[in-house]
Amino acid sequence: MNNNKTVNILFCGTGGQGVLKASEICGIAAMKAGYNVKKSEIHGMAQRGGSVESHLRFGKKVLSPLIKPNDADFLVSFDTGEALRMKAFLKSTGLDFSQFLGEVKNLKHPIYINTYFLGILASQLQIDQNLWIEALLSVLTRDQDGNRKVFEEGFIFGKSITSK
Amino acid sequence: MQKNNFYSKINDKSSLKEVSTLFLSGDEALGRGAYESGLRVACAYPGTPSTEIVQHLSGYDEIDAQWSVNEKVAFEVALGAAVGGARSLYACKHVGLNVAMDPLMTSAYTGINAGFIIVVCDDPGLHSSQNEQDTRWVSIYAKLPLIEPSSPSEAYECVKEAFLISEKFDTPVIIRLTTRVAHSKENVNCGIRTEIPVKNLPLDISKYVMVPGNAYKRHIQVEKRIEDLSKYSEKTILNTVEKLDSGLGFITSGVSYLYVKENYPDASVLKLSLTYPFCDKKIIDFAKSVKKVVVIEELDPFLENHVRELGIDFICKDSSFKTGELKPEYIPLIVEGQKKVEKPSGARKPVLCQGCPHRFVFTALRKLKTYVSGDIGCYTLGATPPLSSLHTCVCMGAGVTIHEGLRRAHPDNKKIVGVIGDSTFIHSGITGLINAVYNDAKGVIIILDNSTTAMTGGQDHPATGRNITGKQAHKLVLENLVSSCGVNNVDVLSPYNYKEFENLIKQRLSEDSLSVIIAREPCRLVNRDRKPAPQYDQSKCKKCGICLSIDCPGISKTENGFIQVNTELCTGCNLCVHVCSPKALRIHE
Repeated sequence: MNNNKTVNILFCGTGGQGVLKASEICGIAAMKAGYNVKKSEIHGMAQRGGSVESHLRFGKKVLSPLIKPNDADFLVSFDTGEALRMKAFLKSTGLDFSQFLGEVKNLKHPIYINTYFLGILASQLQIDQNLWIEALLSVLTRDQDGNRKVFEEGFIFGKSITSK
Repeated sequence: MQKNNFYSKINDKSSLKEVSTLFLSGDEALGRGAYESGLRVACAYPGTPSTEIVQHLSGYDEIDAQWSVNEKVAFEVALGAAVGGARSLYACKHVGLNVAMDPLMTSAYTGINAGFIIVVCDDPGLHSSQNEQDTRWVSIYAKLPLIEPSSPSEAYECVKEAFLISEKFDTPVIIRLTTRVAHSKENVNCGIRTEIPVKNLPLDISKYVMVPGNAYKRHIQVEKRIEDLSKYSEKTILNTVEKLDSGLGFITSGVSYLYVKENYPDASVLKLSLTYPFCDKKIIDFAKSVKKVVVIEELDPFLENHVRELGIDFICKDSSFKTGELKPEYIPLIVEGQKKVEKPSGARKPVLCQGCPHRFVFTALRKLKTYVSGDIGCYTLGATPPLSSLHTCVCMGAGVTIHEGLRRAHPDNKKIVGVIGDSTFIHSGITGLINAVYNDAKGVIIILDNSTTAMTGGQDHPATGRNITGKQAHKLVLENLVSSCGVNNVDVLSPYNYKEFENLIKQRLSEDSLSVIIAREPCRLVNRDRKPAPQYDQSKCKKCGICLSIDCPGISKTENGFIQVNTELCTGCNLCVHVCSPKALRIHE
């Protein structure tokens, strides 16, 4: 990924899947890496089963907190239906994470989906892995060892898909 | 110290003290800027998207922060602190400001002693609100200066400037955020706090006692003040001209500025942050300096109307853009004079959480075929199909008063019920209840007591017995309060006792009196204890769909028409068991 270009990541899913936590962790990691970060989301419905989306942008200088259609590099979707709904935001060359939802079945608990996807995302971005771990542990205070392990599994899987 | 919020915001207080770059939302950044400005008192009633301002401020030991009982109370306490000589801040959502309009209008006359900031967060797109009002008009109506930051960093900077303006011009200052500023996050470079000493109590009866003679003289001062502020508006760094291209020039404010820059990085921009009073000369000069002027703003034609008054020829949005949120991709459409084409969002609708006690109440009310006046809170979701058992929702407190009005229109209809949440009842349901008793109204009011302010993220209130910092506070006992209002029939029952609860409503509906039922069961986001999911015997299932009609996220229909219980989601509340007449669902043994 070109360092001077703004990276646009759209996180989406439904209430309770950890959409907002995932984008928070990614935002903190990007900030620690020295980027200007903008994140925008809606609170309130997040824990009530409704659609949840969080726009995350980082780069040298970011203006709008919202991503425009056809402008997302990554659609980190935790739900197939939500991915379909948000598809218009993804660039033609962008990466749709809903194709990896099958991998999640191998996790010991679906609650780790956001951590696993962050691992895959980290494998695609030029942010030091230590910064990711710092960010992860600053937000996820429960089961830190478990989350760290799942993150690393996601990272390894992510590397394997890009090397293909 | 226990914090009851669903979203814990500040894990480590030590990080708040340092000079550092923090990843802050607009709400938090504004709070931080106020803290550094020597703020001492902060008051609010929770309301999306403004809640996190005072929530954030409650993390600082130097600040006396509170969840007030309602917005009027919050405004008056904060104003009192400012009159008393301490820098203070009041925060609310747009509709919250309506509740505080009475003190707001006259505080414009009294002015302040120490700096006083009114923060209001508008919600274009109604992400979590009952209307889409544009608060900028209040600045004209009340003759108060209005500041609109476009990002969290600007919110941090603007509040510091706002305190200076407040004290220089002896005026409350309105800072208006919108959802995309309040709930956006970015890197904010933070500094340290400057202590501002508390001033003496002001001995100036003619300034602070608003009786006709005094108030008339103050009104003269208010008019002079707004003229002085107009002059200030011309020279302040809050209103800046970015002169680039001499062809296209935008006049804009708030988050719209960022959308303009995103789409037209080379265009000239007049960026208004001290939006009101308007900087007429700056606007006219800017318009002359470019070939084509475009005014970009969200919601109402606030800037447009004024720019038009100045005799400037400009392009503005088609009226289709007046409703809903402005989005970055709309800007080129507006410049080209196109209409908004809205596609249905297809967003999944929110539902009451699995195990939510409100679902029991609405299931019973639907079965009893009642007409229900509702109120503001999670329970407004009782209106969504298939529950469809809440029929009105207007504003905070109206669950009680609309109920009375409905009964006055239909004195003999005993099937009318009012519902209101615990926090909402304390906010503004009490006066309505006293009114009902005093005027001999009949009917049934249900207080949906989930022991928290759930919709805004689980804030404490007087009946939880804890204050904003989680410290123990005097616990208001709702049943005692309701009795003191003069209601004779007061019942307290958990709706989880489903049959008993349904029978209780049925009995109270049959009587010719005023009853209050307190449906007490903690919110599932407060009490997360779970019981095993019910067992399902497919052979007994008649595929009647009654279990699906309670709209529980934990139950879904299978392809062959039977149902399945999602054991990951199920909290074991067993409402589905209560409604399943063929007894295909039964309590886990």
